[in-house]
Order: sequence, then C-alpha cells, then structure tokens
Amino acid sequence: MRQTIRFIRKGHMVELDQMAPTTMLLDYLREVERATGTKEGCGEGDCGACTVAVGRLKDGKLAYEPVNACIHMLGQVDGCEIVTVEDIAEDDGKLHPIQAAMVQSHASQCGFCTPGFVMSLFTLYQSTDGKLRRDEVNDWIAGNLCRCTGYRPIVDAAVAASAGTRNDRFRVAARDTAGLLSFLADNDDVFIGDSDRFFAAPATVDGLADLYEQHPNATIVGGATDVGLWVNKQLRDLPKIIHTGRARGLDQVQDTGYELIIGGAATYATVEPFLAALDPDIGELLRRLGSRQVRSRGTVGGNVANGSPIGDTPPLLIALGASVELRKGKRVRTLPVEEFYIEYGKQAREPGELLTAILVPKLDETHIFRCFKVAKRFDQDISSVMGAFRFTVGEGGIITEARIAFGGMAGIPKRAAGAEAALQGAALRDSRAWARAFAALRDDFQPLDDHRASARYRVETAHALLGKALIEAAGTSTSRTRIVGRREKVADGSR
Amino acid sequence: MDLADIISGDQRLAVVRQPIAHDSAVKHVTGQAAYIDDMREPTGTLHLAPGYAPIAAGRVTALDLEPILKAPGVVAVLTAEDIPGHNDISPKEVGDDPAITPERVNFYGQVLFCVIAETRMEARRAVKLARIATAPSMPVIDVDDALVANTTVLPEYAFVRGDPIVEIPQAPREITGEFRIGGQEHFYLEGQIALAIPGEDGDMYVHSSTQHPTEVQHVVAHALAVHDNAVTVEIRRMGGGFGGKESQATQWAVLAALAARKTGRPCKLRLDRDDDMIMTGKRHDFRVDYNVGIGKDGVIRALDVTLAARCGHSEDLSLGVIDRTMFHADNSYFYPTCRILTRRMRTNTVSNTAFRGFGGPQGMLFAERMMDHIAYVTGKDPLEVRKANFYSGSGRDRTPYGMRVEDNILHELVGELERTSEYWDRRKALAEFNAASPVLKKGLALTPVKFGISFTLIQLNQAGALVHLYRDGSISLNHGGTEMGQGLFIKVAQVVAEEFGVGIDKVKITATSTALVPNTSPTAASSGTDLNAQAALVACRQIKERLFDFIQETWNVGRDRVQFRDDRVIVGNREMKLGELATAAYEARVQLSAAGYYKTPKITWDRAKANGRPFYYFAYGAACSEVTVDTMTGEMRVDRVDIRHDVGKSLNPAIDIGQIEGGFVQGMGWLTGEELVWDSAGRLRTHAPSTYKIPTASDVPADFRVALHESGGNREDSIYRSKAVGEPPLMLAISVFSAITDAIASLKPAVMPRLDAPATPEAIMRAIRATTGGDM
Ligand SMILES: Cc1cc2nc3c(=O)[nH]c(=O)nc-3n(C[C@@H](O)[C@@H](O)[C@H](O)COP(=O)(O)OP(=O)(O)OC[C@H]3O[C@@H](n4cnc5c(N)ncnc54)[C@H](O)[C@@H]3O)c2cc1C
Ligand code: FES
Ligand code: FES
Repeated sequence: MRQTIRFIRKGHMVELDQMAPTTMLLDYLREVERATGTKEGCGEGDCGACTVAVGRLKDGKLAYEPVNACIHMLGQVDGCEIVTVEDIAEDDGKLHPIQAAMVQSHASQCGFCTPGFVMSLFTLYQSTDGKLRRDEVNDWIAGNLCRCTGYRPIVDAAVAASAGTRNDRFRVAARDTAGLLSFLADNDDVFIGDSDRFFAAPATVDGLADLYEQHPNATIVGGATDVGLWVNKQLRDLPKIIHTGRARGLDQVQDTGYELIIGGAATYATVEPFLAALDPDIGELLRRLGSRQVRSRGTVGGNVANGSPIGDTPPLLIALGASVELRKGKRVRTLPVEEFYIEYGKQAREPGELLTAILVPKLDETHIFRCFKVAKRFDQDISSVMGAFRFTVGEGGIITEARIAFGGMAGIPKRAAGAEAALQGAALRDSRAWARAFAALRDDFQPLDDHRASARYRVETAHALLGKALIEAAGTSTSRTRIVGRREKVADGSR
Repeated sequence: MDLADIISGDQRLAVVRQPIAHDSAVKHVTGQAAYIDDMREPTGTLHLAPGYAPIAAGRVTALDLEPILKAPGVVAVLTAEDIPGHNDISPKEVGDDPAITPERVNFYGQVLFCVIAETRMEARRAVKLARIATAPSMPVIDVDDALVANTTVLPEYAFVRGDPIVEIPQAPREITGEFRIGGQEHFYLEGQIALAIPGEDGDMYVHSSTQHPTEVQHVVAHALAVHDNAVTVEIRRMGGGFGGKESQATQWAVLAALAARKTGRPCKLRLDRDDDMIMTGKRHDFRVDYNVGIGKDGVIRALDVTLAARCGHSEDLSLGVIDRTMFHADNSYFYPTCRILTRRMRTNTVSNTAFRGFGGPQGMLFAERMMDHIAYVTGKDPLEVRKANFYSGSGRDRTPYGMRVEDNILHELVGELERTSEYWDRRKALAEFNAASPVLKKGLALTPVKFGISFTLIQLNQAGALVHLYRDGSISLNHGGTEMGQGLFIKVAQVVAEEFGVGIDKVKITATSTALVPNTSPTAASSGTDLNAQAALVACRQIKERLFDFIQETWNVGRDRVQFRDDRVIVGNREMKLGELATAAYEARVQLSAAGYYKTPKITWDRAKANGRPFYYFAYGAACSEVTVDTMTGEMRVDRVDIRHDVGKSLNPAIDIGQIEGGFVQGMGWLTGEELVWDSAGRLRTHAPSTYKIPTASDVPADFRVALHESGGNREDSIYRSKAVGEPPLMLAISVFSAITDAIASLKPAVMPRLDAPATPEAIMRAIRATTGGDM
C-alpha cells in the first residue's frame, strides 16, 4: 500500500502524503502551487476556465486529455502528468504554437477564459495530426465558454495551429515523459488518511470491492463529474473517498463479438469508439454528452449509478437492452438497466455494492436504432428530453419488438410501455399504429415542469421524437428531419 | 471593406488604425495576466462568504449566527450593525439598497450577513449553519405581477409626439401586438471579487473588479464613514464586465472593506458562481404592448407602445436603462406620431442593471418585431417594410425625443449588405426550400441598428488622463477608463504612441486607480475610448506644447519643423531619440507630466421636456441572418450571418471586429438560448452555467461574414474619426430573432407568429403551435 500520491509537474515527480480527501486539483494548483494561470469560472465543470491537460499512458503511449481541474480530485491525478497554461511555452519564453496562434488571431479579449481554451487546444494539438476542420475544433472546445470573443478567432487559431507539423517540445519529450509515467505506474493500493477520513484508490477490482464492503458509507468516485459538484456546490463533507480509476481492468471495454462489456470505471472517452460503432446516433449522442473535459474522466458507470432522471446513457442503454453487473464483496449479480431504477433518487444498488460492468448487446441487421437529445443548447447541455428507440423488424416489415426509453419524462429513465405495445406486431409504415403509439405515449408519462422545459413541452417533444424515429425508420433521410447529427453525414465523418 | 484598405487609407499613421493585438494578449495565453484573485494576497488575508435571504419578500424575525461563530476557521460574522456609515450601495445613494439588509427582505438572495473566515471554503461552509427565521409575505415576481400590484421603482415616463390615440384609428390599417423580452445574465467569466486592505489612519485600499472605481470609492467611503480621500480603488483588468460590474461590483467591495475594518486584516470576497448569479442583477426583461396605424404602403402613421420593465427591488440604474429603451424604441424608423411609454416595475427580485446596450436592445427589438408584424400581416417583404420606414430626408429625420438624425448612413449601408448577402436570391431559394420541406423551415432577415453614443446623463460625458514622459523616453499612461477585455487600454495607448511617434511598447499601460485620476465616469455606454483617448490626447499635447517651446528656445526650430515619428524626434535638421529630448527638457526644468481632461461637446438633454440632443453621434450597422428551424422539436440553428458595421474610421480594426463578433454572439445568446427562470417563490432556478446556457462555439454560424463599413469616418470630431463599438453590435443579433420569426411565418401566410424572446426550442414550438392553430 502506498500512502502518498505521485504525479509529474514540469518534468519532476511530486509526491504528497497529506491531502484532504476531496481536495480539488484546481485548489491545489492555485492555492498550494500558486500557479494562478488556471482560472475558476464556475466550479462545476461547465465553463472550462480551469481546463488543464492531464497526461497518462494509454496502451503504453502518452496521451493528453483535457480535464476540468475544478471538479477533479487531486487524488485522481495519481500516476499522471499535469500540464497547465504556464508550462507550455518554451523556457526562453517562445510561445507554444497554440498560444502564438491565439495571439495572432486576436483570440482573447478579457482573457479570463483564455488559459482554459489554450489548454483544451493544447490537448487537441497533441491528440491529432494534420489540419483540423472547424467542426472538429468546435466539438473539442464545447466545454469552454467565452463571453467576449464570439469564438470565431479561437477556432481560427486552432485551425491555423493545426496546419503546421506538430513538433512542440511535448511531442519531442513524449518518450521521456512516458518513461516517467511508467515509472510511476506501480501496483500498489493508494490510501491517504485514516479509517475515518481517507482517499483510497485500490489497484485491483478485488481490493476495491473489499474496501467498499468494509466502508459502505464511503463515496465511490469514478470521474467525479457528479461528485465534484456535491463538494463544490452542495458543500457536502465526504470523509471517505474510494476512487475506481486505478483498479486494473475496470476502465476497459471488451467486445465479445455480440456484446460490449463496459468496465464500471471506463470513461466516455474510452467507451466512445465502441458505442459509436454500434450506430451513428450513439456517436452523436456521446459527442453532445457533456464536453471533451467531462468525457475525459466521466464514466458511463457513474452516469448509470448516479441515477439522474436526465442522464443520457440510461435511456440509451435501456433501449439497447443492456444490463448492469453489480458486485458486493465477492457476490456478483446482473440486472437489466431498467430494473436498476426504482424511483426518483432510488436505485437497486445496495450499500457497499459496486457497479463493475455494463453489458450491452450489439445491434444487428434486424434492428433499426435511433436516439435523440433535445436541449436548450446543442453542445454541453443537459437534455430536456432524451429518447432512444430500438425497433426489431422482422419478415414483411413487421415490428416484432419495440424498445423505447426516455429521459426527462419521469423521475427515472423509463420505458414507454404503452407506445411499445402499440407498435409491437404492426407494420413499420402503418400510420394507424403510429397514431395509437402517439396516443399511448401520452399516457406513458406525466413529466414535470422545471427550468429546462415545461411538462407540456416535454410531452410534445417526446411525441415529436417518436415521430421522427418512425418517419426515419420508414425511410425518410435525416437531411430532411434533423438540423444536427444527420446520419448520412455522420457516417462519412463530415457532419 | 477589409483591413488592408482601412490601413492604407491613413498612410501617415504608424500606430493608430493598426490591428495591434490586445496589450495583454501574450499574458492571457500564458496565464501571466493577473486578475484580482491571482494577486498574491497579503499574509493573514481573510475570506468572506455572504449569507442570503431564503425568501423573496418579508422580514427576518430571528437570525441566529452562534453556530457560525463556532465553526472551524470562522473569525467573525459581519452584520448590518457593523456598518459605521451608510448602509446603502445604490449607485445614486438613494438609500434603497442596503449592503446588508437589517431585517426587511426584498428579494431572494439579498445579503443578510457575511461570514469572515480563514479560508474561503470555511466561510462558505459556515454560511450554511445560520439559523434564519422569517415572516414571508407575498412576493411580486414578474412584470405581470407588478402591473397587477402596481408597484414601481420610478414614475412612468413617455416620449409623446402628436396624438396617437386619435391618429391610429384613422390609419388605413391598425395592428396590435404584445410580446415578452427576456432578461440576460452577464456571465462575465470572472465573477465578482474584491480585496480590501486596511491602511493607516483608517485608509482602505480596495482592489475591485469594477467598471466604476469612483463609485466604489464613494460608496465604500460612505459605508466606512470616512472621506473619499481615505479610500483608493484600483483595477488593472476585469475578466469581463458587460455592464454587470458597473454598479453591482460595489456591494462586494463594501463588504470586503467593512470586514477589513472590523478585523483589521485584509479581506477578500470572491462570489461563488451560483451566488453571483443569484445575488447580482441582470438585463431588464419586458412586456411590450403596441398598437400601430399604418398606411397601405406599410409605412407607420402613428404608434402607441408601452414597455413595462422588471426593474427588481430597487432603482439601481433603471432610470437610465429604461430611458435608453425609449431612445431606441425607434431604432432606425421615423414615427410621425407616437407615444413611447415606459413603466418601471418594482418586483421582489434582484435589482436589474446595466448590460451591454443599457436598455437599448429591448427598445430596438420592439421596433424590429413591429416591422415584422407589419410585413407578415400585409404580405410585404420585411426588408421592404423596414426600408420604407427608415429615417430619411427632412420631415422624416426627427426622433421622438427631438434630436435630428443628421449622420444617417443606413440607406447606403443596408443597400450594400442587401447586395453582398444576396438577400433577394436567397429569399427566393428559401421559399423553394420551405415549399419542399415539411419538417425543417428556413427563415431570413436583414435588420438595421442605429445606436446613440453618449451617456444620457450628461455629466458623465467627461474623462481624465494622466501621462508621464520619463527621461529615457518611455511613457506611462493612466486614465479613468477600465479594461474589461474590450481593448480600451490598447486603443488609448495607440493614440498616445502615435502622438509621441513611438512604438506601442514604449507606452506603459497602468492600472486604473482613483488615486491617479479622480472623479471618473463608469466605463460604459460604449464611450470608453471616445472619452479617455481624447483626454489622453489632451495630456500628450500639453507635454508636447512644452517640448515645442523648449525646442524653440533651445534650437530655435519652430513646431512646424518638428516631428515625432519612428521612435525619433526630428527637430529641423537634427534627429534625436525621444529620451534624449526628454532628458534635455528635464535638465531645462520642463514639466514632462500632464493631466488631460475632455468633455463631449454639443450634447444637451432636458429630460423633463423630453427634448434635446442627447447623443454626440449615432453608430450604425446591419446584419442578415439565416436560420433553420425544426418544426417538430423547436430546435434552431443559425446557418449564415452577414454583418456590415460602421465603426467610423477604426482605431484598431482587429479590436473592433472582436467587439462586433463578440457582441453579435452575446446578443444571439440573449435572444435564443439564454433563459432566466424564476419560480413562483422568487428563486432563480437558472443560477449556474449548467442551467443557464450562453452560446458555445458550435452555436456560431459556420458561415459568418463580418465587414467594417467605411463611412468616411465619424462626421463629428471623435478621436481619429472613429466610432464607439462596444454596445451597438449586440443588437445586430435581432436579425436572428427576426429570421426565426420568418421561418415560423412560412408555415401560414398573413399570420404574425407570436414568438417571445428568448427563442428557446420551447418558445419556438409554442410559436409554431400558435401559428398553425394547435395549442401548446
Ligand atoms: C459540465 C457537465 C456536463 C454534463 N453533461 C452531461 C450530459 O450531457 N449528459 C449526461 O448524461 N450527463 C452529463 N453530465 C453528468 C455526467 O458527467 C455524469 O453523470 C457522469 O457520467 C458520472 O460519471 P463519473 O465517473 O464522473 O461519476 P462520479 O461523479 O464519480 O460518480 C457519480 C455517482 O456514481 C457513483 N459511482 C460512480 N462509479 C461507480 C461505480 N463503479 N459503482 C458504484 N457507484 C459508482 C458515485 O458514487 C456517485 O454516486 C455532465 C456533467 C458535467 C460536470
Ligand atoms: S471552473 Fe468552470 S469548468 Fe471548472
Ligand atoms: S475573452 Fe473574455 S471570456 Fe473569453
């Protein structure tokens, strides 16, 4: 067991043996290091002013991901390199290509958002090769807000910087850095604190399960993209933190050929290519879920376990017929995702029980799949309504099974049982069956009014999404039914 | 026109008109630009967190702060009793806005006490421990509530010309409409912050992220019961302001100063984002009711409009804001007969305040909506209706407030944009698209902007600057304007560098401080450069005058043979470095420092008579926007925007384009996704970026064409004939709102869609249902 956390800063290892369990990386940087280039704009992962680059080994190679330092626990960076806006210029003061392009394009006004943009774009620079398109840049900076510039010059800067060869000193030093990181990558459980207050990151799933069974009142932390807000905004005192991110294998996805096994600590970033390969709509949903920063560290397991009625993956997983694997101590059980949700704020997870995997059956040629996310803003917004549809179509174009799930329509993510029944056995283009499904949908849900949308709008939108799914399933091109996320274009990557 | 043309237009200028980067650009991108929270605070600095009212109206019957005092790290709790002087943060010191309310609660979020602790987190946690007992009363939340309850912060006020009540019914056609305009959260990326450091003799040094250091100085002094000269307020840069730090930065500075006085230690207050959004005011939201009589040609004969604004619980800046709504309720259109009436409603919500455009955008949105209304019900193209109603030659050039529009360039500017945006071809293409597209509908709109430049409170149109020339030829520049990202500092520095013929690197830009330039106006009303650059120019010229005299005496060379350029001074046949001249002048005991002062000429305003020339000049612009609406879900995307904007002759085209684009996108946010929601108890439900959605990069149209309009320069003698550019571009975004209206109008001929702002997907869906006859 290691009673310290260790990470790399400016080429050197930093080792800390004292740390309050929920210390955030941003506070460490600004208050302990006094590296004040990284800013706080919101403290909840939404503005990106606190973005830093976190380097880690992925398949043995160094990869930099953008992270919201405000909701990133310091303990989570164990084994990583942290790069901030102060670190990327050359020692002689020569600006990094991203910084130089930002100055050249007049991409800062008040400058408060700028460090965050620089670091997001730094990670984009490190993660890609070749010239970028504007929409690729837009996606990458969806988690960075700028109130002054209107973004155009920032995107210009990113595009311009991508035109040159990528040979900054981080690329040059990548192998050395990877070497340092592999030196840090030990197999020890991390535990800082005592049995009443601690930050722990067991190195194995067994260790994780044991520790959680011993401390069922501990808080499990995956990416902390939800838990971080409990700390910063609800000011909750969370004395015991158990982080899943070190447990070997838990952050992986396996493709068995007929299903995906998503590890309970797998981040959106890891899961994205696997899920997107199932259907372009899923890729589009994940593109719009949170931001690059949120997806770097946020996990699908956390999204499911958190149990929010407006989480985006639960309806998706329900429509796909997925199940969750739960483990308490040595006991393992599985449950269909829809049964995991009992009522608002209540899930079928027992105290001390971990979510270890999500099992997702793949789609096959009998399936027509659609999902839609409707929000006030296209990028980085919580859904007002999220709808996912899987129609199994048999001989003669008959719907043999309809799985329809919605988020934002009830206290939990929920299937539209009435609408499903109305479509079951009907022909895909049978407009009378559609009408029955629309009518049934109105009885399936009694949503609430809130600041995102009125109940009325939610009902109308659920209806519209079912309508869209059916119209499209019946053959209408999405170029005629959608203004974002068209399947035809998504398929060739040019959106 | 592109940048190169502007630059070539003024060949002899070396620094002015150049697209020079923001003075802090390199510091921004490297993280070296320090904001208040980045400054190394003095040892022993304490941190504050305010506790606020959990009800919107009523009284606090008991406030038990004992549990707070026992909490870890807590040093003291500040209450209303700790205030030695005035407990009032209202900008005009009218006494309606306590820094800490003693008992009476006027809105949810009003400060009741303030915890002082060793760390910020300890202070924030301790706030939650207060035991607050209240006697709530029935709150007045929105404009409609206030209209029913008839609660106001100020008397109603109108511009009246002729008798619209008589004339409207006599017009060939009468149109009546009503709609809502939402407010807007500033969402400056840097939240409100102040750091107060106590000094000797009761002095207080305050670092405040404010657009109005002088007001902070005054209010802090009055709260501490000391003279103004005991308080110094400094600000190097803000992380955005947009009007939100014009009057509403004061309270946090006052609380920090009071805490510093109470504890004798430096005190810092940085609001958490959610608290900031709950506790500070926003753009005013409105209900608008209009009745207009038009001719067969779609030209307005007579108009009667009532604009009722939610001002919040106190007056704040509402007088000026709502007056400006009236000044722009005509936008670019001549109203032969009109009554423009405004009502300033008092509600139990946070006091609404300045926000880029200062009420003007709401007035203008009304004008544009009325144009659309006329067009859709008469079947004319909205652009034709707009053009037919433009201010034009004599007889149709007087505003409802008596000022003549003398510098109108809209006909030409709009004509150009109509051509370059291919308005008419696209209008046709759109109709074809819509005819063949049942779900997705496109809309197009071209709308103008005419914005009056000057503070309508005449006394504010003055500025001071302080310029020092050092013996090595370097220059120090200070003025009363504040930098919030708008590029004021670099523009003023350009003017100074140009005067002395030196590179911009020779001019040291220094933090705004009430100790250096006193009695300043807020940096607001787009006037920062117009005023401060002129004052700096005056200061430079004073120093140069003395140098000319010195040169005459020393070398017997007349001023016509002296030039300051290329980092040199050319004196007859002699050439020297500016430093050499400065040293020689110093040795001859010539004063190399000057305080410059400027006041805007020509302006007058008699509010009681509603008559005068409140604006030095107008800035113009126009935008053409195309959108696609998903009629099933109400989702909307802006596809293309063409802008043509008048900046006179630009001082710095790169900075100006930044203001235009940034202003447009901010305006687009106001009218589309940015929705403020209060619940029936008066609690703001959208108090964080997770729930309040400003535009992101992908909301910016993929096809975004911005051009500066070369108007031959400002007709008035503004600084280098430039025009103010801070606020006017925000209103270019009204074209997006009109384009959405246009898309919905395509669903049914001769119907004006009932669309309220902001046009969220839900609002759009509601308008679609109302237009096509379904209900929602
Ligand atoms: C800016 C921002 C934008 C967002 N946008 C979206 C969005 O568009 N759509 C959306 O659906 N969500 C969104 N979210 C929320 C989303 O990021 C989270 O729900 C995320 O998926 C949770 O994963 P995590 O690993 O960060 O969980 P954490 O915050 O670490 O944990 C969340 C909860 O799950 C529990 N938990 C985590 N892992 C396990 C496990 N293995 N076993 C048992 N319990 C576990 C935790 O104890 C906690 O209760 C957003 C969040 C932010 C900050
Ligand atoms: S501070 Fe806003 S995302 Fe971290
Ligand atoms: S430059 Fe001010 S927020 Fe981006």
